[in-house]
Amino acid sequence: MDLEQFTCGRRSKWLTEAGPDGEIVLSSRVRLARNLRHLPFPFLASDSQTEEVIRQVDGVCRQHTAAFAEFSLLPLKSMPALVRQVLVEERLVSPLLVREPRNSALLLHAAEDISIMVNEEDHLRLQCLLPGLQLEAALREACKYDDLLEEDLDFAFHEEWGYLTACPTNAGTGLRASVMVHLPGLVLTGQLGRVLSAVAQVGLAVRGLHGEGSEMSGNLVQISNQVTLGRSEEEIISNLHGVTRQIIEQELQARRLLLNEGGDFIADRVNRALGLLTHARLLPAGEAVQHLSDVKLGVDLGLLENVPPQVHKELMVMQSPACLQLAAGKELTELECNRERSRVIRQHLQN
Amino acid sequence: MLCQECRERPANVHLTQIINQEKTTRHLCEQCAQEKGGFAFQVQTPFSIHSLLPGLLETEGLPAGPAEVACKVQCEQCGLTYAQFGKIGRFGCDGCYSAFNGRLRSLFRRVHGAAKHAGKVPARAGVRLKIQRGIGELRRQLQLHVDREEFEQAAAMRDRIRQLERELTGGGPDSGP
Repeated sequence: MDLEQFTCGRRSKWLTEAGPDGEIVLSSRVRLARNLRHLPFPFLASDSQTEEVIRQVDGVCRQHTAAFAEFSLLPLKSMPALVRQVLVEERLVSPLLVREPRNSALLLHAAEDISIMVNEEDHLRLQCLLPGLQLEAALREACKYDDLLEEDLDFAFHEEWGYLTACPTNAGTGLRASVMVHLPGLVLTGQLGRVLSAVAQVGLAVRGLHGEGSEMSGNLVQISNQVTLGRSEEEIISNLHGVTRQIIEQELQARRLLLNEGGDFIADRVNRALGLLTHARLLPAGEAVQHLSDVKLGVDLGLLENVPPQVHKELMVMQSPACLQLAAGKELTELECNRERSRVIRQHLQN
Repeated sequence: MLCQECRERPANVHLTQIINQEKTTRHLCEQCAQEKGGFAFQVQTPFSIHSLLPGLLETEGLPAGPAEVACKVQCEQCGLTYAQFGKIGRFGCDGCYSAFNGRLRSLFRRVHGAAKHAGKVPARAGVRLKIQRGIGELRRQLQLHVDREEFEQAAAMRDRIRQLERELTGGGPDSGP
């Protein structure tokens, strides 16, 4: 893969397809944490030790040429900072991997549904990211590559503690499964807090768009499992799947309520949002994200006819500062960013 | 102490620079440090599980001996001590799990509500565990057959269990660090 060809947010499978229940569930992700035996975890490892991890992963790719034919091994060090940031916006790597790019690398599939972060918090973080609600499929895919890697790599595993990870919160299955859900109906009807506190009570974590510690924006919420030890992968996945189904049901009910009780109000809101996005000349990120959420709601409710359903996800990525700057080919001031953002959104919506 | 730049907010960032062997220290507030510091840095790492871990470990393993002794337990492979583990909230390597073994069960119970892996077992590293789980499953079936008085099937189960147990004691591949 040529780094020069990195354009923003147009190729990833999770971005270009809607997937099952894609009106509410934007994406499903499964991540497996794996470590190699007898090597210190990345934060303690020397340069030669982290290089050894990369060497071993490279070795597996060469061993299984057919299975890894469409993968590229990209060292983070050699990437421009902006490209790294774009990968975060596309949710292909974690912010942590970018913050400390020392000897870390990304093994990325051409369709970008499978990616393996090397030398993040753990030696390997294997991720499958699919559009819509597809947790089981994501687990299957991730396990397929996990099995392939394990043929050649000695994973740290203990009969009692399962897969051994740097942080005790990941030990056991090393599995973190999450869904990204768009819940404007629950927000507008004032029910989100009630639903989310119920979610927290069944042992799931609720986060904003950018993971740990981030605020909710654009009515997007990430829900993930917290417990990784003492349950099987299938149990964890089916628990999250079941809860997500319930949330979808609640959100659909809220949307029906909005249409029935406040049809005029909601039609006005989504059309105003579209008008603003297609006419504004300076758009701060927060404003853009909120109006994009309204436009998506309008599309999902059948109130905005000429807007294709995928623009929301695509624009959410394209409007991020990193993508705007990469597309412009230079660093931008905040004002320039707001101008570029309005231009990119306007053009994309008019096409 | 007030910030040396704005003289309004409390100084909670202390920058020490050494230029030409001359040491200067500036005391700034977070805002000025980010504006005037001329470089980006994280003032405080965000609060996460790693911040909570020391609290969870506090009463850990104390019956085994005085706290100071417990804290000096060290992983032979990477050199991390139990005290350091408590502070940073991360293991240093796979060997740490063995080194701190006696103290982990209750930590995992608090974090996960459980302390026994029930998920996927890797094909190579987990051969022993796979056999053990197989034996457990066969024992359940054996009991079922006994309850139904299906003694022929029960006997077959028993033979199969014995065979697997021989495989275990015969020593399969090493199953863990």
